[in-house]
Amino acid sequence: MSLAKIFSVSSRVRASGASSLVVRHAQYSTPAQEGKTEKVYPPTAPGFKYVNAEDPNMTMKALTDRAAQTLFWTELARGFAVTLAHIFKEPATINYPFEKGPLSPRFRGEHALRRYPSGEERCIACKLCEAICPAQAITIEAEERKDGSRRTTRYDIDMTKCIYCGFCQEACPVDAIVEGPNFEFSTETHEELLYNKEKLLSNGDKWESEIASNIRADHLYR
Amino acid sequence: MLHINRNCNFVCKSVKQFRQLSIHVPLCGHRWYPDKEYLRQFFGSVMYPTPETDKYFRIIYSSQIRPVERKLKNMWINFGPQHPAAHGVLRLILELDGETVVRADPHIGFLHRATEKLMEYKHYNQSLPFMDRLDYVSTLANEQGFCIAVEKLLNIEVPPRAKAIRVLCAELIRIANHMLNVSGTILDAGGITPFFWMCEEREKLYEMFERLCGARVHCCYLRPGGVAQDIPIGYLDDVYELIHKLGLRFDETEDIATTNRLFYARCAGIGIVSAHDAMSLGFTGPMLRATGVKWDIRICHPYDGYDLYDFEGVVGTFGDIYDRYLLRLEEARQSFRIINQVIDTMPEGEFKTDDSKVCMPSRKEMKTSMESLIHHFKLCSEGYPVPPGFTYTAIEAPKGELGVYMVADGTSKPYRVHLRPCSYTHILGMSVMGPRLMLADITMLIASIDVVFGDVDR
Repeated sequence: MSLAKIFSVSSRVRASGASSLVVRHAQYSTPAQEGKTEKVYPPTAPGFKYVNAEDPNMTMKALTDRAAQTLFWTELARGFAVTLAHIFKEPATINYPFEKGPLSPRFRGEHALRRYPSGEERCIACKLCEAICPAQAITIEAEERKDGSRRTTRYDIDMTKCIYCGFCQEACPVDAIVEGPNFEFSTETHEELLYNKEKLLSNGDKWESEIASNIRADHLYR
Repeated sequence: MLHINRNCNFVCKSVKQFRQLSIHVPLCGHRWYPDKEYLRQFFGSVMYPTPETDKYFRIIYSSQIRPVERKLKNMWINFGPQHPAAHGVLRLILELDGETVVRADPHIGFLHRATEKLMEYKHYNQSLPFMDRLDYVSTLANEQGFCIAVEKLLNIEVPPRAKAIRVLCAELIRIANHMLNVSGTILDAGGITPFFWMCEEREKLYEMFERLCGARVHCCYLRPGGVAQDIPIGYLDDVYELIHKLGLRFDETEDIATTNRLFYARCAGIGIVSAHDAMSLGFTGPMLRATGVKWDIRICHPYDGYDLYDFEGVVGTFGDIYDRYLLRLEEARQSFRIINQVIDTMPEGEFKTDDSKVCMPSRKEMKTSMESLIHHFKLCSEGYPVPPGFTYTAIEAPKGELGVYMVADGTSKPYRVHLRPCSYTHILGMSVMGPRLMLADITMLIASIDVVFGDVDR
């Protein structure tokens, strides 16, 4: 194969041929200038660049060089050298459960329902998140409380339906439902991923400091 | 008599009386001979073979025992849908003559999610996350196609900063896509090392997307009318830092693979498709350009301000796997050029259009202005109405032309959406490119045509 590659006129030869005939598909001619067509290869079209268009140099020196390179395995040696060099570099992997990758303030992870500092839940059951959810993962039922305020009686998110697009937190006018920074909430059963209001509120209590600091960090863009 | 023999072969074999028939007729006219009427009863099946009849004596008139005739068939194999080299759930039915492929028949549909139908039941903005899930290797480019289509229907112009951010996103995802494909091609040829390097670099790119929008892969960042949020402060510096060093990894990969004789032998001259075939098969993107056709939508029909940037479309020469590999490497390098120019010329200003009937107000406005709050509620609950009309919008996704054909009927949901994916037409080209290749070349071919099954099946 390599010998065929060195000594062939075409740069593209396959020794045992699935398709032995190799045709250049590129056009040979540039637009005619005052009636005469000049064959230029590769054509110099503006805005486009050819790869692999040069025929191999067939002078004796170039041929000998290529033969020597083939004979001495220079390209293989170079590849080995590059690979070897990577042994001495810092590994890219991290020791996951103990080290974690960076997260931005915008990260969209596990959902949480937030509370006001007074302890009152933020959600007013406007159902915008339910309306905008593309996966229809959110179910809300609401009733008026005794004190006249409107709150949810049921707030369910099916985390197995959720596609984590972040539309719910974008839609929420009171910053109640947020996608927090937690991404480690895998479970063993499907049922555990059907979050109800209690679970979401407890998530909010658990992650409130991180969520609040993320919102503060991102306040310039909100 | 011969005629009878041939026709009621079975009868001859099994009916004893037949042996007494003779064609020498003595001169006795009154003697009865079997006539047509008589013989007719022996036509058809008169007896079914049982293990008992097999023990009967059989007469072989020709005194030759014929060999049992066997049928030879080419071998049919199922390549996939669980084959690791199938790059997803491709079921490729291959007819093999020895090790040569006679027929390659791609079967698709294992990942069909009815995205187009689903979009008819969702608001325009709600359909956006579905676009991420089409070609899940080049998510932001898909979003760009969708957003431009909706903007065309709405007839709105996007502010220059939003355009620049979109170009930045699209080129970053193009680099990520080509990194995966190039290293995947090398992986299928047997070189596993560059794949790890490229995965490491892609991880860094995904971290950049995560900073941008909060998700690594399914970004959902672009919106009709702009982008969801402005880029964070210092983001462009980090992109520059990343892009600056990314070229080195490409150089290393080229050192390992491009001139390597083993890789060359696996790629060069294999999977050739002619420019004519490529065009008639509907190929686009690198698959078409590798055959020498100068067609890059970013150059031919610039969108999102691609005409502001100085870059070159990359065109191949032979249309084989090696050319596609080189082309994708070079195209990623051209993306570096575009990104550097975007970083240099990132305009100030709005990152989404100020048309409050289309774009959500900022959180601050929404919480202070009643009108904005009303707009917010309207946009979240029922979306925005799009004037009746239709559009076919095509963008140059990393894999080829991503077309969005959308019919709007004046409501807030599209009447019909058709997505023209690039991987779909390319995978169907397998039946043209595949035959006459060796079996081992098929995996290389699948790698080089760059299929993603989210895109094929939609």
